Amino acid sequence: MRKQIPRILTIISILVFFLFLWWAEANLDPYLRRILNLIAINIIWAVTFNLIFGYTGQFSLGHAGFIAIGAYVTALLTLSPAQKEQSYFLSPCIWPLSNIQWPFLPSLILGALLAGVFGILIGIPSLQLHGDYMALVTLGFAEVIRVINMNLQSITNGSLGLKGIPEYTNLFWSWGCAIFTIFIVWMLGNSSYGRAFKAIREDEIAAETTGISVFRHKLMAFVIAAMFTGLGGGLFANLISTIDPNLFSFLLSYQVLTVVVLGGVGSITGNILASTIYVSLFELLRPIDQPMTFGSLTIPGRPGMRMVLFSIIFLVVILFYRRGLMGSNEFSWQWLFSKLRPIFKRRRMEQGE
Amino acid sequence: MTILKVDKLSKHFGGLIAVANFNVEMEEGELVGLIGPNGSGKTTIFNVITGLYKPTEGRIYFDGKDITGMRPDKITALGIARTFQNIRLFSELSVLDNVKVGHHLRLRSSPFAAAFGLPGYKREEEEIDRESVRLLERVGLADVAQEEAGGLPYGLQRKLEIARALATRPKLLLLDEPAAGMNPEEIRELMDFILRIMEEFNLTVFLVEHHMRLIMGICPRILVLDHGVTIAHGTPDEIQNDPRVIEAYLGVEEDEDA
Amino acid sequence: MDFNMFLQHLANGISLGGLYALIAIGYTMVYGILRLINFAHGDIFMMSAYMAFYGISLFALPWYMSFVLTIPLAAILGMAVERVAYRPLREAPRISTLISAIGVSLLLENVGIVVFGGRPKAFPRPPLFAQEWNFKGVRILSLTFFIIAISCVLLVGVFYLVYRTKTGRAMRAVAWDFEVARLMGINVNQVISLTFAIGSILAAAGSIMWGMKFPQLLPLMGVIPGLKCFIAAVVGGIGSIPGAMLGGFLLGVGEIMIVAFFPELAGFKYAFAYLALILILLLKPTGLLGKVVEEKA
Repeated sequence: MRKQIPRILTIISILVFFLFLWWAEANLDPYLRRILNLIAINIIWAVTFNLIFGYTGQFSLGHAGFIAIGAYVTALLTLSPAQKEQSYFLSPCIWPLSNIQWPFLPSLILGALLAGVFGILIGIPSLQLHGDYMALVTLGFAEVIRVINMNLQSITNGSLGLKGIPEYTNLFWSWGCAIFTIFIVWMLGNSSYGRAFKAIREDEIAAETTGISVFRHKLMAFVIAAMFTGLGGGLFANLISTIDPNLFSFLLSYQVLTVVVLGGVGSITGNILASTIYVSLFELLRPIDQPMTFGSLTIPGRPGMRMVLFSIIFLVVILFYRRGLMGSNEFSWQWLFSKLRPIFKRRRMEQGE
Repeated sequence: MTILKVDKLSKHFGGLIAVANFNVEMEEGELVGLIGPNGSGKTTIFNVITGLYKPTEGRIYFDGKDITGMRPDKITALGIARTFQNIRLFSELSVLDNVKVGHHLRLRSSPFAAAFGLPGYKREEEEIDRESVRLLERVGLADVAQEEAGGLPYGLQRKLEIARALATRPKLLLLDEPAAGMNPEEIRELMDFILRIMEEFNLTVFLVEHHMRLIMGICPRILVLDHGVTIAHGTPDEIQNDPRVIEAYLGVEEDEDA
Repeated sequence: MDFNMFLQHLANGISLGGLYALIAIGYTMVYGILRLINFAHGDIFMMSAYMAFYGISLFALPWYMSFVLTIPLAAILGMAVERVAYRPLREAPRISTLISAIGVSLLLENVGIVVFGGRPKAFPRPPLFAQEWNFKGVRILSLTFFIIAISCVLLVGVFYLVYRTKTGRAMRAVAWDFEVARLMGINVNQVISLTFAIGSILAAAGSIMWGMKFPQLLPLMGVIPGLKCFIAAVVGGIGSIPGAMLGGFLLGVGEIMIVAFFPELAGFKYAFAYLALILILLLKPTGLLGKVVEEKA
C-alpha cells in the first residue's frame, strides 16, 4: 500500500486539477483562459525540448520548425473551405486542401505525425553532428522550413498567413495534451530507454561500448520530441487563430530554450514551473511595454522592454544559476512529506501529546 | 576454442604509426596481458577491437566471426565488453542505473511499450532490476547502489565500470589499466577480483596494465608492445628476462612498485 | 544575359562576398580559439551599423568621422561581450557558453528593438560611394569597387597580422592548444580579447559598407547575415582564416549568381547557404580548406 500512495496522490491531484479546469473554462474571462492555454502549450514544448536536450544531451534549436509544421497542418485541415477561399487571394489554395475540413483530433494527430516525419528527415543529418554544429544545422532547418513556408503561396498562403482558424483549443485540450506529454516523457525518462538516453548524454563512447546504438537512440528521442512539439504547434494554431510563417522563427526556438534553462535542464517539474512563470510574467509585464503613469510621473515604456528584461534574466541565470530553478531534480510526494513532517511534528508537540 | 583472433592489425593516424602488425590468438578462458610504455599503442588496440577505430590494415575475428569495422554497440552485443583507462562512468546516474544500462542492449520492448508501461515492458524492467541488484551484490557494490556514480571513491568507480561491463554478458572482457592509481593492497584485491569474476562469469580476459606486479602475478601469457611493435610474447619469466623488454622499459619497472 | 550583365553580377557577387568574408573571419577566429559559435557576432555587426548611423544623425559628425569612430567602439563592444558573457563560463561545459552566446545575441537584439525602434532607418550613402562608373559598358556603383578594395585591404591586413607577426603567432598558438599556450607564457586572456576586438573591427567595417550597400537598418539585420557567414566559415573550413575568406566569397558570388540565372528561386536564396552547410558537413566536415584530423578516443 505504501508504494501506491504517491501514485494515488498524483491521480487525485490530476482529477482535482481537471475539476478546476472545468470551472475555469466556464467562469474565467477569456484573457486568463488564454494564458492558461499558453502555459499548457509551452509546457508541451519545454518538456519535449527537455527530452532532446536534458535527457539525451543533444542541443537542437529547431523546435520552431516542428511547431510550424504542426501548426500549419492542423490549421490547413481545420480551416473551412470558405475561409480558405477568402484568405488565399493571391493564389488559390491547391486541391485537395481547398475543399477539406477535418475535425480537431485527426488534424492534431496528422500534424503531430507529419512533424515526426520531418523529425526523421532533419534528425538523420543533424544528429551526426555535435554541440555547436547541431545547434546551427537544426536552427538552419527550422529557418529553411520558414522560408519554404513563406514561398509556397498556394499551400500555406505564404506571408499572408492564415486567419480564421477555428478556436478549438480549450483548457481540456491543451492541458489534456500537456498532461499526456508529461506522462509519456516521464515514463520514457524512467524506463530503460531513459537510462540509455541519459547514458548517451553522460558519455557517448561509453554508451556505445555498453551496447547502446547511440545514433538510433538519439533519433528516437528526437522524433518523439518532434511529434509532441508538432502537437503543441497544432494546439497553438487553433488557439491564436491567426498564424503566419514569421511566428515560427528562431525567436520561438529561443523562447523554448529560455524556458528550459530557467526551469532547469533535465527537470520536468522545472519545465512546468518555468513555463508557468514565463508565460505569466510575459503577460504581467505587458504594462512596461507601454508608458506608465504614477500620478504626475510618467515612465516611458517601449515595446520590447519585456523582452529586454527576459534577456537579462536569461543571461543572469546562465551565468550565475546555471542549474536553473530545479536543477535536474523532480518534485516528488516524498519530498513534500519530508518538508511537511516537521510542521506536523511541531504542532503535535505543542499540543502536548 | 579460439575466441579472439587479431590478424596483422595495423593502425595509422595520418603519418603516425600507432600499431604495426599486431597479432594475437586467445583461447576461451585465457587471461592474457598486454604491457608496454606509455604511448605504445595498447589502448589503440583495444579501441580497434571494440570498434571505436577502424583498422588501417588487418582483421579481427571474434568467436569465429569477422568483426572488423563493425559498430561498437554491435560488437558489444556479440560479447566483447571493456573498461577504459580514464574511467568512463555515467557520472550523474546512480550506481544501480549504470549497471542497468548494461542490460539495455537485450531489451525487446519498444519505446512505445515503455512509454505506456505495458505489462511486457514492466516484466523486462523488473528482470533488469533483479539482475542488476544481484550483479552489484556479487561484485560487492550493493551498499552504494543508490549513490551517484561520480561521487564514489576511485576504487569503487573502477569496480562499477567492470560491473557495468559484466551486465552486458560478455564472453571477452578487455580491461584497460584497471589498477591505475591503486596502492599495493588494492592491487592485490583487484587481482583476486579479476580471477574470481573470470571463474564466476566464464570470461576470457585481455588485460592492459602498467603495474608489473599485477600482470606478472596473474597473467600466464603476456605480450609486450613498444611504439606499436610487438617486441616480446611469452610467460612472465620469459618477458622479465627479455633484453628488448628491459631496454624498452629501462628502469620504469622500479617506479611502478613504489 | 549578355556578358556585361554577367560582369555586373560578378562584381556584385564579389563585393557581397567581400563583406561576407569580413564577417566570417570573426566567427572563424573565435571558433578557432574558444570552439564557440559567437552567436552575438551578427548583432555586433548590427550595433556597429547603428553606431555609425547615429554618429551622423544624432551627433552630427561628418560621415568619415562617424565611420572611423565606430571601429574602436565596436571593438570595445566585442571585448565587453567576451569579458561578461564568455570568460566566466570558461570552466563550464561548452554548451553553457553557447547558450550564453544566444543570450547575449537576444539581449543585443531586444535592446536594439527598444532603443532604435522597429522601423527601418535609412543609412546614408555619401556621394563618393554613390557614383555610377562605366567600364566599357559595365555599369557598377563606385561603392561596389570600394567594397572590394577595402575588403581586400582589410583581409590582407588580417592575413599579415595572423601569419607574420608575433601577436599573430600567439593567436595561432592559443587556437592550437589553449593550455600549452598558457604554459608557454602567453597571456591567453589578452589574446582572446584581441581576437574578439579584431573580429568586431572587421564586422564593423563590413557593417558600414553593408549599410551603404543595403541602406535599410533594422535591429534584426544581423541575424541572417550572421548565420550565413558562420556557414561560410564552416564551408571554408572552420578555424581557418583563408577558409573563411574563401567561404565568404563563394557564398557571396554564389548567392548573386544563382539568383541572376534563376530569378524564380530568389525567395529561396536564404536556403542555399543551409544546403551548402548540410552538404559540406556530410561530405567534408572539416570544410574545403580544413585539415582532416582523426581524433584519438
